[in-house]
Amino acid sequence: METLIDDWRARIAAAAGSGGKLAIRGGGSKCFYGGPETGERLDVAAYSGIVAYEPTELVVTARAGTGLRELAATLAEKGQGLVFEPPHFGAAATVGGMLASGLSGPRRQAVGAVRDFVLGVKLLNGSGEVLTFGGQVMKNVAGYDVPRLLAGSLGTLGVVLEVSIKVLPLPVAEKTLRFALDEAAALQKLNQWGGRPLPISASAWHDGLLTLRLSGAAAAVAAAERELAGEVLADADAFWDSLREQKQAFFLGDAPLWRLSLPSVTPPQALGETLIEWGGAQRWLRGGDARRIRAAAAKAGGHATLFRGDDALKTEVGVFQPLTAPLARIHRHLKQAFDPQGVFNPGRMYPGL
Amino acid sequence: MEGNSADRRFAVDRPTLIRRLRAVLPAQALLVEEEDLRPYDCDGLTAYRQLPLLVALPENESQAQAILKVCHELKAPVVARGAATGLSGGATPHADGVVVSLARLKKIVSIDALSRTAVVQPGVRNLAVSEAAAPYGLYYAPDPSSQIACTIGGNVAENSGGVHCLKYGLTVHNVLRVRGLTMAGEIVEFGNAALDAAGYDLLALLNGSEGLLAMITEVTVRLTPKPQLAQVVIASFDDVRRAGDAVAGIIAAGIIPAGLEMMDKKAIHAVEPYVNAGYDMDAEAILLCESDGTPEEVAEEIGRITAVLERSGASAYCVSRTEAERLKFWAGRKAAFPAVGRLTPDYLCMDGTIPRKRLAEMLQEITLLSGKYDLRCANVFHAGDGNLHPLIMYDANQPGQLERAMAFGAEILELSVRFGGTITGEHGVGIEKVNLMAEQFGMAEIETFHRLKAAFDEHGLLNPGKGVPTLARCREYIQARVARAPTAPRF
Repeated sequence: METLIDDWRARIAAAAGSGGKLAIRGGGSKCFYGGPETGERLDVAAYSGIVAYEPTELVVTARAGTGLRELAATLAEKGQGLVFEPPHFGAAATVGGMLASGLSGPRRQAVGAVRDFVLGVKLLNGSGEVLTFGGQVMKNVAGYDVPRLLAGSLGTLGVVLEVSIKVLPLPVAEKTLRFALDEAAALQKLNQWGGRPLPISASAWHDGLLTLRLSGAAAAVAAAERELAGEVLADADAFWDSLREQKQAFFLGDAPLWRLSLPSVTPPQALGETLIEWGGAQRWLRGGDARRIRAAAAKAGGHATLFRGDDALKTEVGVFQPLTAPLARIHRHLKQAFDPQGVFNPGRMYPGL
Repeated sequence: MEGNSADRRFAVDRPTLIRRLRAVLPAQALLVEEEDLRPYDCDGLTAYRQLPLLVALPENESQAQAILKVCHELKAPVVARGAATGLSGGATPHADGVVVSLARLKKIVSIDALSRTAVVQPGVRNLAVSEAAAPYGLYYAPDPSSQIACTIGGNVAENSGGVHCLKYGLTVHNVLRVRGLTMAGEIVEFGNAALDAAGYDLLALLNGSEGLLAMITEVTVRLTPKPQLAQVVIASFDDVRRAGDAVAGIIAAGIIPAGLEMMDKKAIHAVEPYVNAGYDMDAEAILLCESDGTPEEVAEEIGRITAVLERSGASAYCVSRTEAERLKFWAGRKAAFPAVGRLTPDYLCMDGTIPRKRLAEMLQEITLLSGKYDLRCANVFHAGDGNLHPLIMYDANQPGQLERAMAFGAEILELSVRFGGTITGEHGVGIEKVNLMAEQFGMAEIETFHRLKAAFDEHGLLNPGKGVPTLARCREYIQARVARAPTAPRF
């Protein structure tokens, strides 16, 4: 394993010295996300394996190339898991890709995102130095919180080598309910329920149907099921898996897929065909006018990402919502702090970054 | 002990600074006389005192902005200050700098029950947020022991925890947006009213940045529905190791309690006569384990917790029967620091975090160190997340005691790092532990921290001397560490 790191350091040094660029790739399952890849491929999937896992410490440390499937299976043996339900988007998905993309699944609103669970990282910076930040304990405020900064940084700050993640017990009981509601009514209900101590762990609204998952202690799930009185959905795991992996009909086809991250109480936006998750805080759109979508998201206090689209559209409208001038400057300086020669994943997040 | 008295990098001309600040502030918003500056000479880490050059008390964001613009232009250091309850000296003044107290920015701007969020100014007290949210059945989950006094701005700066963070998270997990000012006086927004924002997660960086990256002027926090019921189990152990095993046993059983706290005999003996919480004075250690949720859920979980406690050899336990009793049981834990304060003229509170499995071992080490330095030490732990608060008792008026207490504390923190943990779980590095950063991080990481800070604050004017040591200080620390006999394992 250490020889791999030596090889990568040599490649980083060579690239840094010659104005070269490196495109970091784990399993390649999330290549579609972010700006187009440029530069020489740096394959990191071989750097894999679980380094340490102690169920009573609620933490697992894995090398970046470790498969998400393998990790989930190991954790499940002890009744634990990554409860933010990271999407895999392919069998080859890795821990490094999970961190770099920063994407979380259906349970995000209830428990938090990748960034809320990452405790420590080891990475190679643009000077080829191995750096360690954070650790394996739940509470740690020594130094700036670089591990969380790396979540969603799309490999632009360094090659992640190892990640320590907080794990939690998997829910004892689950039940999925369904309600026939229009978009406005569903949003209203979701926000009202969100203000009450109900064990809601996931929600999805599309085409007049609200699907709601309850997770937790058996008694709590049963009590909520009685109270909410929806229609029980059989084969619910398949529903939530296909939602997380974007295999439902809504996500198929070639039309651009937009992800809007909005305050959960934002009223229906009438921007096109919509699928709502996270209690109203994550909304998916197929197609539509980029400028209108970005303006609506900003006006509501959120942002819009061109989640899937062809390179031409990505180049034209940008993948991510533009930053204000002071934030853009801070981004450029942070990039320089980790990767002074701009070797890693140029343009995956913003042009010039 | 003086804060940054050795740091003379900033040649600030005081009369010029006063003249320039007077031009942009109302008269009552600037303190210049020594008698007015004196109350600002320290925060909760009273062992370090330093008179600031000036104290500014902005009443709104634009005044704060004006102060920063002047200080930026004149290259004067700025130290932001909330309620000054911090325990690591994060708000210790700089000799050549301005303390900017945000105490007057204390408005709760809005509470939105439907979206479960509150927008508050940085000077709003932690508990005041929960009180304002209570009519909607909501509360702000992070609850540091100082929550009656400490402010949200300070909580964000330190990424504060509390006794319920195992289940409900730290400040970073409960803040959606921070509005603030860069040192140059630009308005910046980190995060937003949604669950995430475009670009790097700068909001995560702001949390726990100890006032080194930006000055906070407004915060949007997430509110949590109040659980229908909470009950706490209090268990006694005649052996600390068994109490530690019980902690691991509870987690291994798949339970994430709302709170899981431990106190050793010295802490129990400090607390019980002070608050009469009903703690077992014969126990070597007690555990407080809270369950919350629906009544059915709590009944089920308490049953599982007590089963683990019995298996782990608790000598006795009882479950709170009423809300009043639950609060009484917690009152002891929450009053632990002041209770210890009654037993000693001064104390230092350490804040290391270690893997839970090493709790008992750590306690034994602390007992040995207590003998070595001839100072008493009471221990309270956030056992659920391995965060230790050894309270080292000393008398600053006795020559050599402060130095001994600090060496004692440093050894505990070195052990925390050696055990796979950290020098600070929730109190921050501040001025107190700045040299110990070299214990936990290598030079390359420290250099990265400096570059990261420079990305926000090019001239290093925000809270200089805190959080991250200069490379020169790191080298000095490492040399001194090597010169000292290497810490031999003592088992």
